[in-house]
Amino acid sequence: MNTMTATMDGATDNQRESDTAEKAPLDIRDHGDVGDYETIGEPFVDNAKMSARTVNVHYGDKQAIKDVSLDIGENEVIAMIGPSGCGKSTFLRTLNRMNDIIPGCRVEGEITLDNEDIYAGNQDTVLLRARVGMVFQKPNPFPKSIYENVAYGPRIHGLAHTKAEMDGIVEKSLQRAGLFEEVKDQLDKPGTGLSGGQQQRLCIARAIAVSPEVILMDEPCSALDPIATARIEELIDELREKYTIAIVTHSMQQAARVSQRTAYFHLGKLIEVGETKEIFTNPRHQLTENYITGRFG
Amino acid sequence: MSVKQEDYQQHISARFNTELEELRNHMLEMGGKVEDQLKSALDALMKLDSGDAEQVVGQDAEVNKMEMAIDDECATIIARRQPTASDLRLVIAIIKVNTDLERIGDEAAKVAKQVVRLAESGNSPSNFIEIRHIGNRVAQMLREALDAFARLDVEQAVKVVQSDAEVDKEYGSAMRSLVTFMMEDHRAIGTVLDEMWALRSLERIGDHVCNIAEHLVYLVRGRDVRHGRLEAMEESRG
Repeated sequence: MNTMTATMDGATDNQRESDTAEKAPLDIRDHGDVGDYETIGEPFVDNAKMSARTVNVHYGDKQAIKDVSLDIGENEVIAMIGPSGCGKSTFLRTLNRMNDIIPGCRVEGEITLDNEDIYAGNQDTVLLRARVGMVFQKPNPFPKSIYENVAYGPRIHGLAHTKAEMDGIVEKSLQRAGLFEEVKDQLDKPGTGLSGGQQQRLCIARAIAVSPEVILMDEPCSALDPIATARIEELIDELREKYTIAIVTHSMQQAARVSQRTAYFHLGKLIEVGETKEIFTNPRHQLTENYITGRFG
Repeated sequence: MSVKQEDYQQHISARFNTELEELRNHMLEMGGKVEDQLKSALDALMKLDSGDAEQVVGQDAEVNKMEMAIDDECATIIARRQPTASDLRLVIAIIKVNTDLERIGDEAAKVAKQVVRLAESGNSPSNFIEIRHIGNRVAQMLREALDAFARLDVEQAVKVVQSDAEVDKEYGSAMRSLVTFMMEDHRAIGTVLDEMWALRSLERIGDHVCNIAEHLVYLVRGRDVRHGRLEAMEESRG
């Protein structure tokens, strides 16, 4: 994880949100600085499922995220793009508190799910991660059978009371992940024996088995071939009807294909966010333009 | 995000810089060729020289070839580079300008064909005053639009669109005056009709030039100002 070395100015509370309007726009030639800035575009939506307000993340004394405020709308796919070390994955991980397990990681600001603070003292993180599921870059099925991979979550959350109920959840999840037809006769075979694309769809089935509301995807296709990638992208589009999806991707074409909104991160700052179509045809910030057109930043 | 000249030199891929630069140059080269074609057609008209006019008609094949080459270049860039943002707008704008330039070439050839007919039938009662006037204006508009494209100059593009509105007015009054010639002398109807066709082609060229200016605004500002949205166009100057 690349981080920034510049200093903080101390003010990290939510009051900052109110005075963002007066801040000078970011100097486009400013690369190392983590000073004040203003996100260009529309970070807020009417039907927010999750909301982040003035989020700052530090790893020890390095700051990884600076004053990010962003809504994730219900049933939308939002893509987060940006160069390595821009903080997009860090931001994604704050949404289901995956950063909690990283030593020295400090998250400030407010993040809500359905208007409830997910960093509140009484928040059960296991429950939170069931509501906000995650799919990782490398498919990581458990070294268990395909069936067990999917059944694991519902079992620990007590979602099924009988074998028949569990069978139903497993089948439905595999079906939603577009994998059932391919594996229905080998549910007892190890999940690790599937192809990369199938494993990733198994991980998606595992994530949706616990009926999450939000699915976070951290470069879910970077280890897959174009056909497996196309399947996952098709799946993302179908899943959008039931779930809210936030995806981090290094592939600009993927962001352009699957998302309705796109957020561009640069050195821990949320530089620009808007309709995907606008970002890819007519971005407003020079840094966004430079990144998506492959220019020197 | 407005586009600036130097933007085409800043890709991480130097080859991509070259490809976009070449595409732009080829488009401007084709523009120059079409400009020549139009000027030669107008010269041939002034001299009523059917030999020169035939040459203009012949030049059209070359322009057509350039059109296909540029389209091919654009398709290749889209397939290989998947351009986005201003690069995407450049490729889209050039695909469209390319079509307009080719049409201008066609219309110039049509003017030249009318010159051949007019040369056969002798002088006209109007002395081609209207055609000369509108022809020169349209040729100037084309030069200005291409200059604007070369310099990514939105201000100039707006002026071109404004000129076209005037050309349209002048076209209307030129047509009315040619109708009077026909009413005065029915033996002149054939000649005056040929003149009207030439005039009509010039007016069409004005429209295509106008499109080129609008594509330039899209390229530079990312705004679609087509279809009579002169106000939107004027706003985009800022």
